[in-house]
Amino acid sequence: MKFPTESPFAWRRGLRHFYDRPSPARRGVWIAILALALACVFSTGCGPRETRADLVIINGMEPESLDPAILTGVADMRVGNALFEGLTRLDPRTADPVPGLAYRWEITPDGRTYTFHLRSNLVWSTGEPLRAEDVVYSWLRALDPNTASSYASQLFYLKNAEDYNSGKLKDPDQVGVHAPDPLTVRVELNSPTAFFLDLCAFSTLAVVPRQAIERYGDRWLMVQPVPVSGAYELRGWRLGDKIRLHKNSRYWDAANTHCEWVDFLPVSSPTTALNLYETGAADVVWDKDLVPIELMEELLKRHDFHTFPYLGLYFFRFNVTRAPFTDPRVRQALALAIDKARITRKITKGGELPADNFTPPGTARYHAPPGLGYDPERARRLLAEAGFPGGRGFPAFQYIFNAGAGGPASVHAKIAIEMRQMWHDELGIEMELKQLEWSVYLAAQNKLDFDLCRSSWIGDYNDADTFLNMWMSNSGNNRTGWKNARYDELMREADLQTDLARREQLFQAAETILAHDEIPAVPLYFYVGFEYHDETVLQGLYPNILDMHPINAIYKERSASLSKPRSSP
Amino acid sequence: MLTRFLTRLGWSVVTMFGTSLLVFILLNAVPGDVARIVAGPKASPAVLKQVRARYHLDEPWWRRLGYYYAGLAHGDVGHSFVTDQPVAQAILTRLPTTAALATVAVVMWMAVAVPLGVSTARYRGSIFDRGTLVVATLTLSLPAFWLARMLQYWLAYKLRWFPVAGFRSFVDLLLPAATLAILAIGYYARLIHANMVEVLQSPYVTAARAKGVSEMGVLFRHGLRNALIPVVTILGMDVAGLLGGVIFTENVFALPGIGTLAVQSVFNLDVPVIMGTVLFSALIVVGANLVVDVLYQWIDPRIKERV
Repeated sequence: MKFPTESPFAWRRGLRHFYDRPSPARRGVWIAILALALACVFSTGCGPRETRADLVIINGMEPESLDPAILTGVADMRVGNALFEGLTRLDPRTADPVPGLAYRWEITPDGRTYTFHLRSNLVWSTGEPLRAEDVVYSWLRALDPNTASSYASQLFYLKNAEDYNSGKLKDPDQVGVHAPDPLTVRVELNSPTAFFLDLCAFSTLAVVPRQAIERYGDRWLMVQPVPVSGAYELRGWRLGDKIRLHKNSRYWDAANTHCEWVDFLPVSSPTTALNLYETGAADVVWDKDLVPIELMEELLKRHDFHTFPYLGLYFFRFNVTRAPFTDPRVRQALALAIDKARITRKITKGGELPADNFTPPGTARYHAPPGLGYDPERARRLLAEAGFPGGRGFPAFQYIFNAGAGGPASVHAKIAIEMRQMWHDELGIEMELKQLEWSVYLAAQNKLDFDLCRSSWIGDYNDADTFLNMWMSNSGNNRTGWKNARYDELMREADLQTDLARREQLFQAAETILAHDEIPAVPLYFYVGFEYHDETVLQGLYPNILDMHPINAIYKERSASLSKPRSSP
Repeated sequence: MLTRFLTRLGWSVVTMFGTSLLVFILLNAVPGDVARIVAGPKASPAVLKQVRARYHLDEPWWRRLGYYYAGLAHGDVGHSFVTDQPVAQAILTRLPTTAALATVAVVMWMAVAVPLGVSTARYRGSIFDRGTLVVATLTLSLPAFWLARMLQYWLAYKLRWFPVAGFRSFVDLLLPAATLAILAIGYYARLIHANMVEVLQSPYVTAARAKGVSEMGVLFRHGLRNALIPVVTILGMDVAGLLGGVIFTENVFALPGIGTLAVQSVFNLDVPVIMGTVLFSALIVVGANLVVDVLYQWIDPRIKERV
């Protein structure tokens, strides 16, 4: 009898006997292959299970770099500051500059020369002595054009620093930082800089290991052990997984460094961050972009959710080179017609303060002058004076903002829609909204290819200068096309002051031009910082205006359980 | 067979070259200033100039393409503009996570889809079969990010049956793999069902039954082995797709996989990493095609006979 052999398996060589059972040997081979595959699968992640760190922090997005001369993001700085310290460091409560690698300093009466005295017991984590030459090397490296440091401008207050960075000056010895002896750093500034000690605590001015950089070049952070000058050493950086730090026992203040092991988790999803915190897998969530805005009203009721004033401003820019925004009356009218309180109440909901000027409350050494406020009636009068009574004849214009799939970027669209409605209702003008992908948005902003453009600014240091000098005519961060000689003159004069009261007056006069008279940009609200942490468990973590928290100051109460879930479902 | 294999290999190389060229050209056509993204929004014009010089962004695109291919010829896939990490290292450190996730997901969905497909074919037309069809349609319609969040919320946060996020051990992969598996089970179950229905009507299956082979033997030894042949092709492509990274699942469960790397590189316009992840995905797809092709001929030698 001939059996049908259409089945493909009948055609296999050696398997003409289609209906025979597979041989035990063949069956064994397949079982072995399956067992090996399953063993590979089940063994993924096996190995000695890492113990949980003493402190686990959800820090926001993955840092792009931990090199102090290169890093730019706040998340990067929080880790970078734990590894590398500067001449000063930040007080955990007030974020004021306090002695760091330098234990004392002198300032000449004209405010232009600083002499820092380093502690005599400074060593790198790998044991080599840390000396004044390392400070000079670190600052010159940040200024070196080949480093392409985004924040090199933080050092432009030094004599000849800007020329060195731009390549006009080739000799680094002419830059105003020198080491007359191994424990002394002398700094010469272009002008008295009231916030210079704050700058010394900034990441770009942190001290980096010359020995490792000269040996390994750009890969110096990838070669273990990395010599560090800060409270913690880098023990591991698994991209997308975590950054693990270990206490640097050679740090000058190691006795006051509490947590032995610290993990930073890069999490970009607000709900994942909240779930990790709630289940006890993380002790702190301290990136304000990791707060789900939809849950804000509920979160504000919790005892472990903290909000605090933050040195940041949300605003939009006019392109003052394009009509009708060339007319200050038009700009003032649009500003006066925005109900900022409604935006913070309806959209952001986190307790943000409506802003009528550019410097946040709590900025050191400064009280901002009053701005324009909210006055729709006056707005309509100004618009009419400018030739657009009731909005008639006002040309169509666009407001650009960056796109984002949920998260913090979703608020930009809501604010844009709200402003559009306000201007329609109060002034009778129509605005088009244009959402752009991030890189396109940045390019448009830099090329002045917009009418109105959403923006924000986070202060680099606690001084009004960081919010005001960006509006000078030659500032690359201006991006409005606005130039005002009187404003520039006031800012330059303020720069030369050693009398802080006089300096404040000059800043106030400048800000009045900016926020009241000319208004090339409209401030909307001041950011607040957000954090989740249980104060009964975690100590040494204080809300401050810079939202920067020295890790070495944080510790847990002894009775606190390491990974107890925080809420019962 | 060797000639055919070598021919396919040659075409694969051409495909990879074409993919890299197309992607490079498209990336350069995208509006946006890479230097500004790398340097940050606060960088001065001088810094931007330095960044452009450092990464050859001030040179014509065809010259940059030349640098890229010259590097490829030396086995250098480039360094990230943003992190300065070697692209090859960035991908290879993430590959184990993605591979492990893909493996667990495939095992899960095949372990459910195969018996489901076989039994619905056996009991074709029954309430069980119709119910499975409804469930399969439902699972095909679920958005991946919604399902991932629901599973995380209910099974990890509320019931605490699984870890919330991260990747420390095999257990951390179960929930993300279940997300992927649920999305695929319905499709594969119906695919196997359709193939089984056709195969079970074949004369050799009738002959097997007539010879007295048990029903289990008929279904699994004679029916399923032949019904799985077309499934292998599709499975190969799906596995290749998984190895290219699953973005939403990795994002929700904070898995350090290739999907997250790819998305982040696009946001940052990090050209070397984008090129690297695209080339890697193309390599996987092309490789999977090759493997499936070879496997197909081994499973069904009639294909070779017909050729």
